Amino acid sequence: MAPKDGTPSGGGSDSRFFNTNKKGEMHELRMELHSTDRNIKVDAVKKVIASMTVGKDVSMLFTDVLNCAQTANIELKKLVYLYLINYAKSQPELTLLAVNTFVKDASDPNPLIRALAVRTMGCIRVDRITEYLCEPLGRALRDEDPYVRKTAAVCVAKLYDIAPELVRERGFIETLHDLISDSNPSVVANGVAALSEISETSGRDVMKISASVLQKLLAALNECTEWGQVFILDSLAKYTPADAREAEGIIERVTPRLQHANSAVVMSAVKVILSYMDVMGGGAHADSIRALTRKLAPPLVTLLNSEPEIQYVALRNINLIVQKRPNILENEIKVFFCKYNDPIYVKMEKLEIIIKLVSEKNIDQVLLELKEYATEVDVDFVRKSVSAIGRCAVKLDRAAERCIGVLLELIQTKVNYVVQESVIVIKDIFRRYPNRYESIIATLCDNLDTLDEPQAKAAMIWIIGEYAERIDNADELLDAFLETFEEEDPAVQLQLLTATVKCFLKNPEETQDMVQRVLDLATEESDNPDLRDRGFIYWRLLSTDPEAAKLVVLGDKPVIEDDTFRLEPNLLNVLVGQIATLSSIYHKPPEAFVVRAKRGATGSDGMGVGDLGDDIEEGDEEEYEDDNDVNRGGGGDDLLDIGGLSMNDNAASSNYGNLGLEPDMFGAPTPSVAEPEARMSKVCAPEKSGGIELWAGFRQVQGAVKLELDVRNISSNVPVSTLAIQLNKNSFGLSPAAQQIMCNPPIPVGGSGRHSVELVVNPAMLVQAPAGQPASPQIQVAIKNMTTGLVFYFAVNFAFEVLFSPDGALERATFIESWKSIDDKKELYGTVSDLPPASTDIDQVAAKFKAHHIFLIARRPVPNAEGQEVAYFSMRTTTGMVFMAELTFKKGVNAAKVCLKTEQIAYGVQAKVALETLLRS
Amino acid sequence: MISMIMVLNQKGEIMISRQYRDDVSRVAADSFRIQVRDSDTCFQYETCSTARHSRLFTKGCFVFVVSFIVCLFLTELAPTPLLSIENCSFLYTRHLNMYFVALTKSNVNPALVFEYLFQKIRVLKAYLGEEFDESSMRNNMTLIYELMDETMDFGYPQNCAVDVLRLYINLGNVKPQDEPEPEQLTKQITGAIDWRREGIRYKKNEVYIDVLESVNLLISSSGNILRSEVTGKVQMNTKLTGMPECKFGLNDKLVIEKESTGARKKPGVEIDDCTFHRCVRLGKFDADRTITFIPPDGEFELMRYRVNDNVNLPFRLIPAVQEEGQTKCSINLKVIANFSEKLFATHVVIKVPVPKNTSKSKIKNSFGRAKYEPEQNAIVWRIKRFPGKAECMLSVDLELVRTVRPKAWVRPPINVEFQVPMFTASGVHVRFLRVYDKSGYHTNRWVRYITKAGGYQVRI
Repeated sequence: MAPKDGTPSGGGSDSRFFNTNKKGEMHELRMELHSTDRNIKVDAVKKVIASMTVGKDVSMLFTDVLNCAQTANIELKKLVYLYLINYAKSQPELTLLAVNTFVKDASDPNPLIRALAVRTMGCIRVDRITEYLCEPLGRALRDEDPYVRKTAAVCVAKLYDIAPELVRERGFIETLHDLISDSNPSVVANGVAALSEISETSGRDVMKISASVLQKLLAALNECTEWGQVFILDSLAKYTPADAREAEGIIERVTPRLQHANSAVVMSAVKVILSYMDVMGGGAHADSIRALTRKLAPPLVTLLNSEPEIQYVALRNINLIVQKRPNILENEIKVFFCKYNDPIYVKMEKLEIIIKLVSEKNIDQVLLELKEYATEVDVDFVRKSVSAIGRCAVKLDRAAERCIGVLLELIQTKVNYVVQESVIVIKDIFRRYPNRYESIIATLCDNLDTLDEPQAKAAMIWIIGEYAERIDNADELLDAFLETFEEEDPAVQLQLLTATVKCFLKNPEETQDMVQRVLDLATEESDNPDLRDRGFIYWRLLSTDPEAAKLVVLGDKPVIEDDTFRLEPNLLNVLVGQIATLSSIYHKPPEAFVVRAKRGATGSDGMGVGDLGDDIEEGDEEEYEDDNDVNRGGGGDDLLDIGGLSMNDNAASSNYGNLGLEPDMFGAPTPSVAEPEARMSKVCAPEKSGGIELWAGFRQVQGAVKLELDVRNISSNVPVSTLAIQLNKNSFGLSPAAQQIMCNPPIPVGGSGRHSVELVVNPAMLVQAPAGQPASPQIQVAIKNMTTGLVFYFAVNFAFEVLFSPDGALERATFIESWKSIDDKKELYGTVSDLPPASTDIDQVAAKFKAHHIFLIARRPVPNAEGQEVAYFSMRTTTGMVFMAELTFKKGVNAAKVCLKTEQIAYGVQAKVALETLLRS
Repeated sequence: MISMIMVLNQKGEIMISRQYRDDVSRVAADSFRIQVRDSDTCFQYETCSTARHSRLFTKGCFVFVVSFIVCLFLTELAPTPLLSIENCSFLYTRHLNMYFVALTKSNVNPALVFEYLFQKIRVLKAYLGEEFDESSMRNNMTLIYELMDETMDFGYPQNCAVDVLRLYINLGNVKPQDEPEPEQLTKQITGAIDWRREGIRYKKNEVYIDVLESVNLLISSSGNILRSEVTGKVQMNTKLTGMPECKFGLNDKLVIEKESTGARKKPGVEIDDCTFHRCVRLGKFDADRTITFIPPDGEFELMRYRVNDNVNLPFRLIPAVQEEGQTKCSINLKVIANFSEKLFATHVVIKVPVPKNTSKSKIKNSFGRAKYEPEQNAIVWRIKRFPGKAECMLSVDLELVRTVRPKAWVRPPINVEFQVPMFTASGVHVRFLRVYDKSGYHTNRWVRYITKAGGYQVRI
């Protein structure tokens, strides 16, 4: 296409040709787009799309391409729409030109075109388009053609993602409900999908499965596409049947799905059945449960004949199922034996399940298998197999001896990593069955030389120390290790220290020198605090009361059990409810990895902030020059150069003047914009508090201190409705303004809610910090769940910046005076490193600080130090304490020095911590 | 639900990406390349994104897509088919040297995502050919986009049935006279029977049924059967007129026991589990184990099944291995065909592993051809035609090179491949296929059986 004469070697003129060529290409495309021949037109649009795919910018052809949308040809229309979706975001204004086409197409006689228009409009996330979307969407939802209706159903979910209030206003959710009873199964499926999606994003149950809805869903289940069946089953899983009879009825309708060829359908059906089995309970339904248990096994086993990816998904889920209902697969252990050519990730998961299913009945078979695996090629798999043998021994008392036999055989192979892994598990076996298998220690000692991994070494040393009295040359063995003490891994060093002390207590005469040497090494040579501390403890114990030392060091150890790979019951219940979701793959509750998209934080807003940032920088550069001039006159050094600072006044204030936008951002009378969010941290785990998880954080709202509480009901069967809160006396005198927290509506299992508790300063609640010591940041909180009567406690660190009041800006003169008057002893120093990029720029820091009522007083470059700059800040708490800070930044270094002065030195640390946290955030 | 689907080539370039949701951002295709140097951890990627490109994607997503690709290519066999980076999950599968990747930020059903990816590949195979590759993908970019839009909406999979898709997405060569009326088309796409279109006509009505079984066997070195299992599938190729209703029957033990009353009892096969094509009425099967359906036109897989008990193993292998010192090793193997002498096995390949340090081999075998193939570390014994009830022997004497560090030989299992036509290891056979149509035409039925080796292994 492009003229060839542009490319030959032409020296400097090449680029010119290239440009013309490019222009020519675009021009040519444009001509083709306007062609009357349909084929040429289609080809041209295809070329445009191709360029778009490889990343070329073809947005300049927007109007030309849009023109092509005026056609009855579906294929061409699809291509144009594809182009539109791609450029809608970057060209919102131009996209509006397409609105007419969309609206026209949405009432085209051809249902495919109507659907296409609705589908595409939903994908264009431009606000103005959304307004125009509602009308056609409303019509499409009631269209006579099922294809249009099914497309419209999904479009409601799209609209909800952009403008939830529009969906509610227009009553689209009710329309979706009507679609559930649609005569066409695809429409039902997409309707269900849309409703579940809205339920999930809004956190409210918009699905509302009633008896009649339930019947419709079950009826549609037989007719739907495979995907539709998955959507329906997944929403059924969220429904709790009223009683055992209903549960059984639904299960009956769901079980045929276990025979579906699509594994997603099977998995979702398994999920429904498992969660309903809980509702059925035992007792009268024990028989049906037994029957179901038998029915579930074959489809689960069949999943293991699918593609490896599906096998992996199935295995991760089976791992959970086996823990919840071990009897489903108790006789199927053989199917989890690894095939030689299984992918490694499948093998690893199969091993996990083998260990969970192993029993006295099948242990011999399992051991033969594991031994076979231990000779395979893949190191990780071999190690895991060896460790599995050990876990079998720990799990099954009666088989322990046989397991150890196999391990000893494996040690004879002398394969380095097999030996090391064996030693590690044998240590666990010793801890499980003390004084039973010590006869094998000799064999272990023969293989000392092969150990080169810290974990294996540590295990071996532990064994030597523990059984020193039965090993003739224990001291010599330890001595050999001691030669390289300093080079060892900390874990090995700790074990060596302990083992030597044990050895000494058992045989004091011959090991006195050795123990002295180890204690010296640990306490004097090492800079590892753990090692040093342990060394000192032993030293003191041994020097004051050797008998007590014996009791402590050689005391009985708790017997371990094989619970290392068991999930905590609450979590297990949550996860079993999440079967056939990613949650069941990661073995984490969904909250741990699903981040709810925050609305409004995307797109143009982000751009706005960026622009503001640019403005600040520009103003800043001018400021620098002024500053330098002043300083050249001032000279001087150190802090006391503050004289220069005052001369800076005008410049500094003009700097503020430059920031024309600033008041809009931070000083606006509607404080909700600028009020910083609380930093939430998890303070209370569900197992402590009857299944409720609490997250807490502090923030200031219009001058009031608020304690933000996120209440998440993980597994409490009683919905959380009323809580009472009380604070222990604390360093800040804070106490709740009202003691009751009402959760309205109550929070059911799996739900969560946020509440803020206003805190007021009450002198009666104040604890004075002991003289000369910093105030504790900790606040102890007691919560009582009024429904269950359960009381639980947690502690949370106060965010000191929340106390800073908006009137904290000091006069410059006052600042200088106070700064000079405060004694150097009341000064705190520190360096904050690894700052995010935004915290290395003083302007951005000042802006951030200002939101927290920390005010920039002045700034200046450090004389004689290239690129360094100091900024001074002041803050005042609502209780009247004043803090002053000096922050030093250096260009290109993501760290800052913080120096803080205050009369209330007890709270100085808190203020400093607050500054540092803000800098890091 | 799924936020984005992308296809990567072996170099880690994004060939195609379709974004369905906003929570992950678009990545400019081809704006970066990754070069993995050697196999160790040093790698570099250069981004040649210009300012123009960078407008297309936001930084965050770019970073984790890059780290995904790095993960994928550094650990050549990535740890799992599912990676999570920065709360974004990547689920992927391979076709030849291309990765089909789904990105999501929500708690999706992973089986659904994988099934969708598999179906997507199946659809592309139907359109672009079984072995479609990078260049055929690039040449059909717009077609692929069209398919991506039609098979998925807002991250929810839609109709993926090839036959139906072909009705209205046809490689751009639209022939208006062939195309059905849009109204009828949409009914077809969304209808309860979305796998078959109406108005199909054949002069001769025929059904070909293939019963394909694969036997999985694992025998321990002491001769015990550790696992024996048959997985079978019934494939059909239907050339039938109209919308026929079919009823299909195997010699399923449960069905036969119910039908035969008392006297003459032909024992059926105990089928452990089966799964069906979505055309089969599962409710009906659940109720009385009858398999009824309206078939798709042409080839499809009607069902898969699994049989664990009473498996007729087509071959019996008796190996004997003797290692004499460090330099000699002898292997004797006896193979017995366990099926009727009327039948014969084809494509029999027996791989007998030998130590890596084998230097010379002396092989004696009764028939077929056997030779030492050092690249496989095995003696490969090929027999084109193996008659039923026959017995044959292989004896191998190996000379080994002395190694500096003697390491025990990890003995991999003997692996056997074969095909036995007109034989089923499970004993399954087709009892009937009835075709009912309004016009009441006659149907010709053809049934074939083949048993193949799945993982047929004997440890030594």
